[in-house]
Amino acid sequence: MAHWPLLSLTTFLPLAGAAAILVLRGDEQAVARNARWIALWTSLIVFAVSLAVWANFDPTRSDFQLVEQADWLPDFNIGYHMGVDGISLFFVLLSTFLTPICVIASWTAIQRRVKEYMIAFLALETMMVGIFCALDFILFYVFFEGVLVPMFLIIGVWGGPRRVYSAFKFFLYTLLGSVLSLLAILAIYFITGTADIPEALAFNFPTSLQPWLWLAFFASFAVKVPMWPFHTWLPDAHVEAPTAGSVILAGVLLKLGGYGFIRFSLPMFPAASATFTPFVFTLSVVAIIYTSLVALAQQDMKKLIAYSSVAHMGFVTIGIFTVTPEGLQGAMIQMLSHGVVSAALFLCVGVVYDRLHTREIARYGGLAENMPKYAAAFMIFMLASVGLPGTSGFVGEFLSMIGAFQVNTWVAFLGMTGVILGAAYMLWLYRRIIFEKITHADVRAMADLNPREILVFAPMIAVVLWMGVYPASFLKPMQPSIANLIERVQVSQRAAATALAQR
Amino acid sequence: MTAAPDFLIVLPEMFLGGAAMLLLLVGVYAGTRATRFVSWLSVLALVATLAILLQPVWSGGAASRQVGLFGMFISDSLGVFTQTLVIIGSILSLLIAIRFNENEGIARIEFPVLMLISTAGMMMMIAANDLISLYLSLELQSLALYVLAAFARDDVRSTEAGLKYFVLGAVASGMLLFGASMVYGFAGTTSFDGLAKLFAGGAGNGVGLITGIVFISVGLAFKVSAVPFHMWTPDVYEGAPTPVTAFFSVAPKIAALTLFLRVMLQPFGSLSADWLQIIWAISFASMAWGAFAAIAQSNIKRLMAYSSIGHVGYALIGLAAGSAAGVRGVLVYLAIYLFMNAGTFAVILCMRRDGKMVEGIDDLAGLSRTHPALALALAIFMFSLAGIPPLAGFFAKLYVFIAAIDAGLPVLAVLGVLTSVVGAYYYLRIVKVMYFDEARGAFDRPFGGEVTVVVLVCAVIIMFFIVWPGPLLNGADAVAATLFPG
Repeated sequence: MAHWPLLSLTTFLPLAGAAAILVLRGDEQAVARNARWIALWTSLIVFAVSLAVWANFDPTRSDFQLVEQADWLPDFNIGYHMGVDGISLFFVLLSTFLTPICVIASWTAIQRRVKEYMIAFLALETMMVGIFCALDFILFYVFFEGVLVPMFLIIGVWGGPRRVYSAFKFFLYTLLGSVLSLLAILAIYFITGTADIPEALAFNFPTSLQPWLWLAFFASFAVKVPMWPFHTWLPDAHVEAPTAGSVILAGVLLKLGGYGFIRFSLPMFPAASATFTPFVFTLSVVAIIYTSLVALAQQDMKKLIAYSSVAHMGFVTIGIFTVTPEGLQGAMIQMLSHGVVSAALFLCVGVVYDRLHTREIARYGGLAENMPKYAAAFMIFMLASVGLPGTSGFVGEFLSMIGAFQVNTWVAFLGMTGVILGAAYMLWLYRRIIFEKITHADVRAMADLNPREILVFAPMIAVVLWMGVYPASFLKPMQPSIANLIERVQVSQRAAATALAQR
Repeated sequence: MTAAPDFLIVLPEMFLGGAAMLLLLVGVYAGTRATRFVSWLSVLALVATLAILLQPVWSGGAASRQVGLFGMFISDSLGVFTQTLVIIGSILSLLIAIRFNENEGIARIEFPVLMLISTAGMMMMIAANDLISLYLSLELQSLALYVLAAFARDDVRSTEAGLKYFVLGAVASGMLLFGASMVYGFAGTTSFDGLAKLFAGGAGNGVGLITGIVFISVGLAFKVSAVPFHMWTPDVYEGAPTPVTAFFSVAPKIAALTLFLRVMLQPFGSLSADWLQIIWAISFASMAWGAFAAIAQSNIKRLMAYSSIGHVGYALIGLAAGSAAGVRGVLVYLAIYLFMNAGTFAVILCMRRDGKMVEGIDDLAGLSRTHPALALALAIFMFSLAGIPPLAGFFAKLYVFIAAIDAGLPVLAVLGVLTSVVGAYYYLRIVKVMYFDEARGAFDRPFGGEVTVVVLVCAVIIMFFIVWPGPLLNGADAVAATLFPG
């Protein structure tokens, strides 16, 4: 099976499903039903194919695997080049894992324009998987920006009351960041003479240019992460997006920033990365503390989780820029864990929102009485978000803080206060929704999780516990690639130091 | 030098001019009821012209550079490339005009004939190799266009558009002529080859000559509607009958930009230090003004006018780069822009409710519910105009920005991408109106076969350009290489 173009299949199969849905005809009910089933089966098959990618992945190698190359614009040294290494593999899996969950979660919540909705989600999946597989800058950028179009429509068409404002803010904010990185990509293209990513990764960029290119990439990735103070689009987008839209937004789109830092900023511009590390640390610490405090004050469940995402991504950026094995692995696990946990938390909000059509925390309370299964599921994800040992969140935060301790004790100390604040706002949220007395009659009438919702949560719980109890199955494939990356950074930093000494 | 190959250089133009005269005769004798017949014959004439034009390319080998008719005209690969685009633009505009003119009661045989004459003028503009032939061919196309703008002669707005276009166009022509006479006065020749040789020899840094070049630039900037010589554009675009607006926004623009490229790079190529900053400034001004002024528009034709101003700004980045990569960028831009714009205007032509054309952006509300396919097509064009991958418009912008970075113009590139974000706002607004807002009622059906085909063809080209971009990019690359030998 190794000779199959597995990555291209994973990337473009969703488009085939979208095309099948596009040609559906008939009365509205039948079209909606068929669209749901086609989307579900397509995304499940894609997930199966991505598992085959994992099975065929050699965890001892650090280079790009399952590489596919084809001519696209040979005269311009721009090609169709796909491949995964230990860093991108799990993001591909995360994307393909979350998409079927989104489809199931939207099964009854979306009743309007189901056909277009499913097409948008499958197109989104193609773009997401493509971003992580692309090994050509132009190809990467096409996917990277293309992701905005389906997301814009998902927020704008199926979102809440302020959906138009949020959709525009999301689109223009992230577009502004990405166009600047496009210019950096073009500059790289001219310096190296090719748009091939592996070649650019091995290229030593002149130290004088590195800060500019680094900043251009930073503009794009910092908005995506999002780092404080570039995060303001996130709460708006999350609050207005439909549940599944929030799941993808928090689960995958926020990881693009961290992925970009690891994939591009560190190996290509090691000198600039070293220069800007204090800057990144400062922003990250501010993000962790400030947004945690903001989260404490929220009345809206989705907004609270959105702010907690910003705080959690602060650990990721700290971990990445420590450039230690622990820090980077911690950042990776933190991203994967956050991808599942925050996605699950948005689904938890979606469950009660579908029943009561409000996200106001004060409207709930006492759900443990009539929704015990829901309370149990919510608790697992809440504790994973807090970072309880045995869940995925603990591994990520612990490793990235170990990395931070080796580099800067103050950053680690301040970062840890965020863990405490995180526990405060999450536990408080849980108490206000699940415990206390039921005061509203309509809350008492709410039904517990139905089998479809259990089907959504069960695999997510399994992954959260798996990652928490035995993280080695995720860490092992990424270790060679991360070790390779760190060596690359250190070698070029040493080279820069000797060059400076000789001057 | 024998006489026969001399005339062969302008064979496509001559054929088209002859066809226009012939069809005029047919029309005069057959009368208004033959309009549809004459229109289709005109399309046929354009297709035949295209075949004549491309015949040497197909029968082997690239078009070689030939100068003839006493050095007045030139035939080269740049000309063949852009003349092809102009003819395609004319065909598309003529196709979508047929039904519209019948519905509006302005179906007269002069319409296709004037389109042919102006197209012939544009082809001669592209082939001009002398300041005199440049001016004459420019006037030929402009005069036909003035009449076309006012073609709905009972409509006040259309008449106003024609008059405005005529007065301001005459001023611009005057400036161009003045600049040309200055150049002649200081250089002693009007031939492009002669001028190029003179300046390459180191002559000409005089103030008078620079003044001449500035005036020529102003005239050409007016014709491509670059800021600050754009003020006629919104009014003319809004007032002219919609198919004419579609025509204005593609064919004359392509011809004038080619002329801009040719004049600046060939005769004045050696003086690039003197004019590059002018192009830099009008490029930036056009991008910025096109982006910001469009935000407040509520009429979709006016919006497209500002959009076209902005797009000229992006295309001019390629000229400001003044390199082979820049020329390649401009050519790729023009080709993709042609299909985006023709498609958009074909959709606008479908906006007819209760027997009357509607032009408000609000009238598109809920289009995704009432006409899903039409909404999808317009959304594709809008995202493409905004430059969002994976649509073709992204690649158009990509290649001019590549040229800008390559030529050491990072500031212009940064300004370009920033204005493109501003521009994305108003394109998104149309998508928002179509997809997010409540439906307002359906448009009149049927849209007509020609319009449907044009929308479909343009949407498919824009959507799937990414799969097979090679032919256009390599073609543009080859053309650019001939302009910069060595």
